[in-house]
Amino acid sequence: MATAAVTTERKNYLNAEYGIRSWLLTTDHKRIALLYLLSITFFFFVGGFFALLIRLELLTPAGDLMTADMYNKAFTMHGQIMVFFFLIPSIPAVLGNFLIPMMIGAKDLAFPRINLLSWYIYVAAGLLYLYCLATGGVDTGWTFYTPYSSLFSNTHVVEAGLAIFIVGFSSILTGLNFVVTVHRMRAPGMTWSRLPLFVWSHYATSIIMLLGTPIIAITLLLVVLERALNLGIFDPSRGGDPVLFQHLFWFYSHPAVYIMILPSMAVISEIVPCFSRKRVFGYTFVAASSIAIAAIGFLVWAHHMFVAGISLYSALVFSFLSFMVAIPSAVKVFNWTATMYKGSISFSTPMLYAFGFIGLFTIGGLTGLFLATLGVDVHVHDTYFVIAHFHYVMVGGAVMGYLGGIHFWWPKISGRMYPEAWGRLAAVIVFLGFNLTFFPQFIVGYLGMPRRYWQYPPEFQVYNVLSTAGASILAVGYLLPMVYLLWSLRYGKLAPDNPWQATGLEWKTTSPPPTFNFEETPVVTWEAYEYETMPMPDEVTLER
Amino acid sequence: MSDRAGTGESPLVLEHEDRPELRHHFADVVQQRNAASLGMWWFLGTEIMFFGGMFCGYLVYRRAYFPEFAAGSRSLSLVAGTVNTAVLICSSLTVALAVRASQLGKRKLLVSLLLATMFFGVCFLGIKGYEWHDEYEHHHAPTFYFNAQDLVHNNPNLHLDPQRTKIFFSLYFALTGVHALHMIVGIGIFSVITFMAWRGKFTPEYHTPIEIAGLYWHFVDIVWIYLFPLLYLIDRRPGA
Amino acid sequence: MAEHTEHIEHSEHIGSSGFYWLIWAVLIVATVLTAWISTVDLGVFNTVVALLIATCKALIVVLFFMHVKYTSEKMTKAVLLSAVFWLLLLLILSLSDYSTRYAG
Repeated sequence: MATAAVTTERKNYLNAEYGIRSWLLTTDHKRIALLYLLSITFFFFVGGFFALLIRLELLTPAGDLMTADMYNKAFTMHGQIMVFFFLIPSIPAVLGNFLIPMMIGAKDLAFPRINLLSWYIYVAAGLLYLYCLATGGVDTGWTFYTPYSSLFSNTHVVEAGLAIFIVGFSSILTGLNFVVTVHRMRAPGMTWSRLPLFVWSHYATSIIMLLGTPIIAITLLLVVLERALNLGIFDPSRGGDPVLFQHLFWFYSHPAVYIMILPSMAVISEIVPCFSRKRVFGYTFVAASSIAIAAIGFLVWAHHMFVAGISLYSALVFSFLSFMVAIPSAVKVFNWTATMYKGSISFSTPMLYAFGFIGLFTIGGLTGLFLATLGVDVHVHDTYFVIAHFHYVMVGGAVMGYLGGIHFWWPKISGRMYPEAWGRLAAVIVFLGFNLTFFPQFIVGYLGMPRRYWQYPPEFQVYNVLSTAGASILAVGYLLPMVYLLWSLRYGKLAPDNPWQATGLEWKTTSPPPTFNFEETPVVTWEAYEYETMPMPDEVTLER
Repeated sequence: MSDRAGTGESPLVLEHEDRPELRHHFADVVQQRNAASLGMWWFLGTEIMFFGGMFCGYLVYRRAYFPEFAAGSRSLSLVAGTVNTAVLICSSLTVALAVRASQLGKRKLLVSLLLATMFFGVCFLGIKGYEWHDEYEHHHAPTFYFNAQDLVHNNPNLHLDPQRTKIFFSLYFALTGVHALHMIVGIGIFSVITFMAWRGKFTPEYHTPIEIAGLYWHFVDIVWIYLFPLLYLIDRRPGA
Repeated sequence: MAEHTEHIEHSEHIGSSGFYWLIWAVLIVATVLTAWISTVDLGVFNTVVALLIATCKALIVVLFFMHVKYTSEKMTKAVLLSAVFWLLLLLILSLSDYSTRYAG
């Protein structure tokens, strides 16, 4: 349990087999997690490239870097890639895949071959989207609103729509695997009330993936059919209803944002108790709040449509429900805070990301309430206020959680420690860069700058310049971990089994773990987060 | 080892040698079977939502364009629809009997019943194809020289809008088309299962693939059980 | 062979073939009934009756052909009910928009 270094000669999942075939045909959930890590990181950079184009154009009020059409493509593809090819798979497909079997004491997920299939589906969809990109891209906005997408756009809507349709199945299969695994594969003694909150959150996420994704699948299929066969079901001049499209689109896409945030909350629920050396305050409430977010999250979708023409009564109902959905999220924030209270806090890299998450998610969540308020939304809908809101929750929230999780479990995944000083520096740079990028957007949005416009009145320039400056700092913050994590694979200190002295079954096996996770199936007789029985982590580990 | 609570621990090595179909990450066949079953039920849940999206579109437009929907519905062949519904019910019977045959270890009966199921499935697709061809001939297939003027003329009192009628047919083809796709996939799955059954791969102890393929098939039948009244029986009252 | 692999096999329900034929007959009758009753003028209840019969048929298939009546797995029923409930959420909440558009 002390800092006895693990020799890399010992057989683990990384060196069990060599060769490209052993990776491309693997059914080991840990290897599949790494395959996903590579692919989603690639798409993160493609999506980031489009963000760069957007922020460069917006440095000046005039539309001088690119044409309006090109700008439309830039923000569309930035959004679609980041949402569908990065954020939605990110934590579940990488950390969820890697950790869930270990956390419940199983040898693998319930359906290992389906797990591999889900990655291939992701790759196929990604290739189709890249083909769309290479042949001219798509300019409908990430939301594919009809009738522009179904009739008037001259871009590759069909390819983009089909790509997202296909990647949805990757999501569905991942969710299926997780749900069945958690129900059927828990080790002896691992009851529901002893599950790590990471597993509870991913379970809730999987429910959303299963029940929501099919709707976007059929909706995009209908758009593709409409375009290809000139049907008219979304064309108002032929009796079609564009608002129907929006109902169907948002019925998935709103719960999708909870698919993006719940796994991140899962990570925070693991990091906070570990670096406060205290069990989670109100475990039951945190677990229940995950389920509540998933359930209530399905009831709020039309808050994206307040000004689209839905009835006033309907808007009132959805506004009220949108206020309700904030409650379970707030429960989590309160409980994390209470966990830290009178704990023994250490400012390790994962904990810095967790602090960043809690603050930024709170701002993002509260501004969501502003948007849920009908009267306010009328004014700020389709402005940069909305953009700032969702970037606060998706980047300040979800991505911070993702990075925190990557760092927290990096020793387990790679068998190496990352350089702690660089880790902390990068976390701070990300936090500062993020706020500089997106806080001005709240202001300029409130002042009236519309979203999706490639030129704007000169009085908004100062905010845009600040935002672009922040984006360049944020980019540095994202690049740093790429460099030092890769560096650590070769030169990092060898990681012990449990460098953070964390609870959880994954820390009871070696770093990296053997292919079948445990030498012997564990038998669980303790509750989750029994930090009062754990020794403090090694000074050396924390102060590297 | 036998006093461990939880998902069921058994002497792993013995179990895995005895039961070659048992995959390494499962503790025993019971766990494997329960996992497969739960997986298929969840998948069917996703399929309910998948078809459900189209049902939502159908519902919205039927409320808005009832006369056109009713006229379009009446133009579908009641006989073909009813017969097809019966065909699928027969196929569900043969699937249920096939599962039973596998539970009792009756290989020849099992293979015959599986073949019968596929036969009924192909019959369904044949009748459906005939209907579609007929609709195409009458210019009721969207995109293929769609023309609903015949319906407009045959229902002078209703003052039908031809474009709204096209929406009915678009949804009709989308719904029955996606359903037919699922039938084709089902027949494909059953052909593999039938081959495996013929080769004697199933026993009373192990016939999980038949059970879960059967669940999928029954689901496709249930979708049609709803599609039939929603598409064919909108308003067939005399005088309508 | 290990003793605990036997138990589920024996608790697995094996229906009699006669019973399955009976279910088949019920479903066929219901099909003919629903087709015939659509030609009878029941006013607004035509749709209600059609959907009611369809739901009964679906329930019969689920309970007896898909063995949900005989399963000890609570999860199966939970999954089914959840999916149906979720679909109803989509339908009802969407319709709540359309049906209140021009009210008042």
